[in-house]
Amino acid sequence: MTSAWTWYVVALVVLNLLGCLWLLKGNTKRSPNDPKPDETGHVWDGNLTEYNKPLPRWWINLFYITIVFSVGYLIWYGVGNLKGFGHWSSKSEWAIDNAAEEARLDDTLKLYAGKSIDVLAKDPNAVSIGRAIFINRCAACHGSGGHGAIGFPDLTDDVWHWGGTPNRILETIQEGRQAAMPAWASTLTAQGGATAVDDTIAYVLSLSRPGQPADAVERGEKLFAGICVACHGPQGKGNQVVGAPDLTDSYWLYGSSLASLHKTLNEGRQGTMPAWKTILGDTRTRLVGAYVWTLSPHKEPPPAGAVVAE
Amino acid sequence: MVGVEGSYSDKVIRQFAVMTVVWGVVGMLVGVIIAAQLYWPGLDFDIPWLSYGRLRPLHTNAVIFAFGGSALFATSLYTVQRTCHVRLLSDKLASFIFWGWQLVIVAAAITLPLGLTQGKEYAELEWPIDILITIVWVAYGVLFFGTIAKRKVKHIYVANWFYGAYIITIALLHIVNNIAIPAGWFKSYSVYSGSVDAMVQWWYGHNAVGFFLTTAFLGMMYYFVPKQAGRPIYSYRLSIVHFWALIAVYMWAGPHHLQYTALPDWAQSLGMVFSLVLLAPSWGGAINGILTLSGVWYKLRTDPILKFLIVSLSFYMMSTFEGPMMSIKTVNSLSHYTDWTIGHVHSGALGWVAMISIGSIYAMLPRLLNLPKMYSTKLIDTHFWLHTIGLVVYIASMWIAGVMQGLMWRATDPENGTLVYSFVEALNATKPYYLFRLGGGLIVLSGMLVMGWNVYKTFRMKAVSTAPQPLLPPDAADARA
Repeated sequence: MTSAWTWYVVALVVLNLLGCLWLLKGNTKRSPNDPKPDETGHVWDGNLTEYNKPLPRWWINLFYITIVFSVGYLIWYGVGNLKGFGHWSSKSEWAIDNAAEEARLDDTLKLYAGKSIDVLAKDPNAVSIGRAIFINRCAACHGSGGHGAIGFPDLTDDVWHWGGTPNRILETIQEGRQAAMPAWASTLTAQGGATAVDDTIAYVLSLSRPGQPADAVERGEKLFAGICVACHGPQGKGNQVVGAPDLTDSYWLYGSSLASLHKTLNEGRQGTMPAWKTILGDTRTRLVGAYVWTLSPHKEPPPAGAVVAE
Repeated sequence: MVGVEGSYSDKVIRQFAVMTVVWGVVGMLVGVIIAAQLYWPGLDFDIPWLSYGRLRPLHTNAVIFAFGGSALFATSLYTVQRTCHVRLLSDKLASFIFWGWQLVIVAAAITLPLGLTQGKEYAELEWPIDILITIVWVAYGVLFFGTIAKRKVKHIYVANWFYGAYIITIALLHIVNNIAIPAGWFKSYSVYSGSVDAMVQWWYGHNAVGFFLTTAFLGMMYYFVPKQAGRPIYSYRLSIVHFWALIAVYMWAGPHHLQYTALPDWAQSLGMVFSLVLLAPSWGGAINGILTLSGVWYKLRTDPILKFLIVSLSFYMMSTFEGPMMSIKTVNSLSHYTDWTIGHVHSGALGWVAMISIGSIYAMLPRLLNLPKMYSTKLIDTHFWLHTIGLVVYIASMWIAGVMQGLMWRATDPENGTLVYSFVEALNATKPYYLFRLGGGLIVLSGMLVMGWNVYKTFRMKAVSTAPQPLLPPDAADARA
């Protein structure tokens, strides 16, 4: 902001406040020609009249006080590029407050630095802090109970697309994950004809839900073996290294409706977990990890035949 | 006495008065629906047109511009004729304004649920409607000031200053804030961007409160309070001071809507201090109205219309105290984005704006129909209590909810410095208060329905006559050639 604009604003402010003072001064004193307080000069609409009583003293004082306060406030806090005598800015106030909070947080966090999430999960204080971070950062996608939503994994079960070991979970939180399911529909159709997408879906569904049409399953299995197998494995058990889901279980990240499966094959899926280490720092991501660790029962081992990430 | 011939032009006033009641019911009904949606989110039935985000601007536009606007057109055109002792400049122009404004409202009621919006609060309507508003508004200015120009009295009555200031300022605000580049018939882009856009929007937004919802209704107050009380205005000089102070200072207060945002610190500071300076000018109008009752307070026992008018002034004082307090940065850091703001707005809108309008319509309507009074004074009293009780329930629940939200959002654990609550936890804690608010809103709406019935029955009375009322000759001392 240039000085010219600053002085323009200052001039307007001064003019406006002086105008208020002038109004007050001019109307508190009575000149000899003014109508008397109880005199009603003019008449409108038959019976509308006005007294000319003095302004209430307390009201005048209230007006003066707010004007004096305003001038003082602006001198202390500044206008335009004129710094106030208080040297205040919202940025510096934030910096001071933030430094104080960070220092307090550092005292808290140093107890937990560098520890593995399954170890921290045994410490109720660590889990409680982790929960506080989770509900304010992670709940937007994973839900405040960690139950997930369409496209956002449920954290309370034993299904871990990217691996369920303490290190692997921490890595997911800290570095983020970028899933990449390509749009396979055109490739499938080129290889297996017009019914290829439906056939592939039939085969994939048959892995967890027997009773799909046998001929479609048979055609789909061939297509699967040629394309999908690369990530999802020969038995469809998935690959935690690339985040390819196990297709034989009952969990469907994007839902199991035909429409959703068609969308997956037609458009692909690009699930994204942001990298939180730069935002939260190392220790806080560990604390979140500890809370997440407590959500899962950790009873079911990864499916046999899956590529497991350690 | 000066000989005068002719009559007042009252048809347009009757039309606007009836539409005030109709749009009041409609606007408040939409308010009740969205209040219910906040408690039962499924009430949009997955129909986009009924979604909260589209109905909320419909509610605000309906109550401010349809209900409040119709009340202002009716009372300002009534007042300007009675206090200038002259017929409106042109009946055709008046008719154009009535139908033009109804067209604006209908266009709003169609486009807003369709999701067509500029995305600016209280200025959602897209550019073709904005142009229609501008044309109607300019016509309104010509009609109002044209009538003032041919007045038969020397002095312009104080109510007309307020109505005049409102008409001029709303034109300025509406045009500046809505300057946009059209991209087709139903889409446009504001010429402003970033924090300048935000500043222009809230310069508009707060002055819409200041001039549409305050200055104009003070004009209403200055006619109907002394008329109904049968007393002179308390102080002419007070009206001068608070009028000029109000219109000068209000213009600065907009940035208090943008405390702790990307707006420069100094602009936020100016918004705050001028909001504080605004306290005395705001109260000036209220005390001038309330003190007008000196000596006739007993009338409140028997006249529910006067109760509406005086309680509205009490709510005006309360919300114009609350507003400056909320603009103080420290308070704002707690109150901003919470339901406290919603409570504040409704104490102004339902307490001040609605009550002064309702009282004025009850006072004016029988006169327009050559009747001594409304069909039922008892029903006016019923309406008064329904409105007051509903309003208090509404405001109190929003105060509690708002302060609680602010405290929950900022709560940090003193042991470890982390946030204690998630947003959803604060929302859960708010839920019961949303139910109370819905209850309060329903009570207010039921009061409006009582008013609708009373108005209907009044129109059906045998003695009703829409015979033109002869111009009242001005007092000889005040007559103007």
